[in-house]
Amino acid sequence: MNYLYMFYNWVRQAIFAIPGRVIALIFFIVLFCAPFITDDEYFLGIIVLSTIFALFAISWDLLSGFTGQLNLGHALFFGVSAYSAGLLNVHLHYSPWITIPFGAIVAVLVGLVVGIPALRLRGFYLGLVTLTFPLILLGIFFAFPNFTGGELGISGIDRLASSRIAEYYIVAVIFTVSSLLIWKLMDTKNKVIRLGILLHAIREDEITARASGINTTLQKFIAFALSAFFAGIAGGLYAHYMRIAAPSTLELFFSFQAILWTIFGGITTIYGPVVGVFILYPLLELMSAVPWGEQLRYIVFGVVLIATLMIMPEGISVWILDKLEIECPRCKLINAFTRKKCRACRAPLRLKQKTNV
Amino acid sequence: MLSKIIINGLVSGGIYAVLAVGFSLIFGVGKIMNMAHTAFYMVAAYMIFYATSMLGLPLPVSLVAAIILTTVLGILCFILFFNRIKHHDTAVMIISVALAIIFQELLFIFFGGHYRGVPPFARGFLEILGLRVSYQHLIAICTSGCILVALWVLFKKTSLGTAIRAVAEDREIANLMGMNVDRILLIVMAISVGLAGLAGGVIAPIYMLSPLMWQQPLAIVLAAVVLGGLGSIGGSVLGAFILGFIETVVIFLVPGGAFLQGAVSMGVMVLVLLLRPEGLFGVVFEEERL
Repeated sequence: MNYLYMFYNWVRQAIFAIPGRVIALIFFIVLFCAPFITDDEYFLGIIVLSTIFALFAISWDLLSGFTGQLNLGHALFFGVSAYSAGLLNVHLHYSPWITIPFGAIVAVLVGLVVGIPALRLRGFYLGLVTLTFPLILLGIFFAFPNFTGGELGISGIDRLASSRIAEYYIVAVIFTVSSLLIWKLMDTKNKVIRLGILLHAIREDEITARASGINTTLQKFIAFALSAFFAGIAGGLYAHYMRIAAPSTLELFFSFQAILWTIFGGITTIYGPVVGVFILYPLLELMSAVPWGEQLRYIVFGVVLIATLMIMPEGISVWILDKLEIECPRCKLINAFTRKKCRACRAPLRLKQKTNV
Repeated sequence: MLSKIIINGLVSGGIYAVLAVGFSLIFGVGKIMNMAHTAFYMVAAYMIFYATSMLGLPLPVSLVAAIILTTVLGILCFILFFNRIKHHDTAVMIISVALAIIFQELLFIFFGGHYRGVPPFARGFLEILGLRVSYQHLIAICTSGCILVALWVLFKKTSLGTAIRAVAEDREIANLMGMNVDRILLIVMAISVGLAGLAGGVIAPIYMLSPLMWQQPLAIVLAAVVLGGLGSIGGSVLGAFILGFIETVVIFLVPGGAFLQGAVSMGVMVLVLLLRPEGLFGVVFEEERL
């Protein structure tokens, strides 16, 4: 009973007191209850693809947002993993439980190779070099159509599980575990795992970080490997869910989409990319149900993106959280916008307006 | 074979050079990463297609009209979008990608997805030292050559060119010296988009038009600009010619080369950057080196 009370207290302080976390909790509850609300395969399919793409966008945020290593060719990790999982499954008939981790490991190896230029290049130079890798691979794939299927890709990949509901829960659980894991790893206030604060230091000033005794080479490789790993898992899930590994997973536009989603949602946050994907991807898909929607969907996508960035250049989730949360000026604890005093130290959260002096 | 390689290399290298100079210019002066640069080139090519094939206007008129309209479009985009959030570098880049996608989809709606062709400016060919060069290719080569020379004169010999270089070097000091930085940025954007429009006009009769035609040159232009060194105009011209020739050689000499053309030229760029991270002509300050 005592433990139950302590747990209740912890939940109250760590989740219910902070609006952002309440929203996250509601999001996960809805994610896991959606099959009970509707069994429309079309809607559930949109949610599954959104979760896969959200994991992909989070992994971009991990690398480019947190570590500051601008990667304009992030589709490389996704596509390499999708292709290697697909090839392993189609030719050697391994089950998805082996092919997806295998794809992720291939993606990590590729990530380490891509990480080598990152040791010498920075900023836009690195972005442009990474941009070319998926295009180079795409050219090679097109030149050897016998092995890779050319423009058609690899089709006939096994399904993730026998029923649609099982597939839904596999993707949802993997997404939840990975996103919470990344969020914990990247937490700058964590005293045990210092990865988050080290990567922040590298982004802010690499030379100072090095002078402070941080092994920036190692940390950058860790960032590349982690990012590639999660993008690879997303790619493997995608290949087995769509049952095809197509060249579209390596295209320039797919890399840009991860960036568009992340910047729309809010860069250097873990929740930002998730918000971005879960707003933009369903919007784009549902457009095709409207008359003229099929033709206009990307125009609407572009207009929404431009309008959002003109009004809130920091991203939509940061803008909303700014309105909902106040940081206590004394103890740095996050409070809901409804409070007048900090919930821990009772310091007034807003300065009083001076009246007729 | 050799003559074909030389002619086609000069054509594609020249066009890439004109595009790369425009891209490099607005990046160097305004720190604006304009991913929609080749989309403007596509818009100009489609305008010429529309004017000649649908309105029946003569080619020179439609060429001039297309360049002017594209430049106006570019200036509008700059005033409405880029200039307002120019302090957020990544946001500017995302907005330019969004603009390129919007242009692409509008062209899909108006013209459909199939390939279009524009009738050539001049038919026939000329024999130079035993090489057969069609007038169309000759026009493309001469135009890009003239533009590059004109730009060199503009930057080195006129006061406007000096002002542009000053703003590129240090915006605040240039402002203190009494230059109107905002106006110079606007002029640079106009020049940059105008160059893209001109490249589109010259290329329209040689290549096929499709609403996806902006993606492949964009990758090559980015590669050329980085190869030459970001912000260095001479470097990007050299980079563009190197990549144009590599691409042509691969198309003509390697089996299945049409698929590998991008891969090989980008591989070359990656190799050069690994050996010399700042590009061929880039400048690296001592404290920035890692």
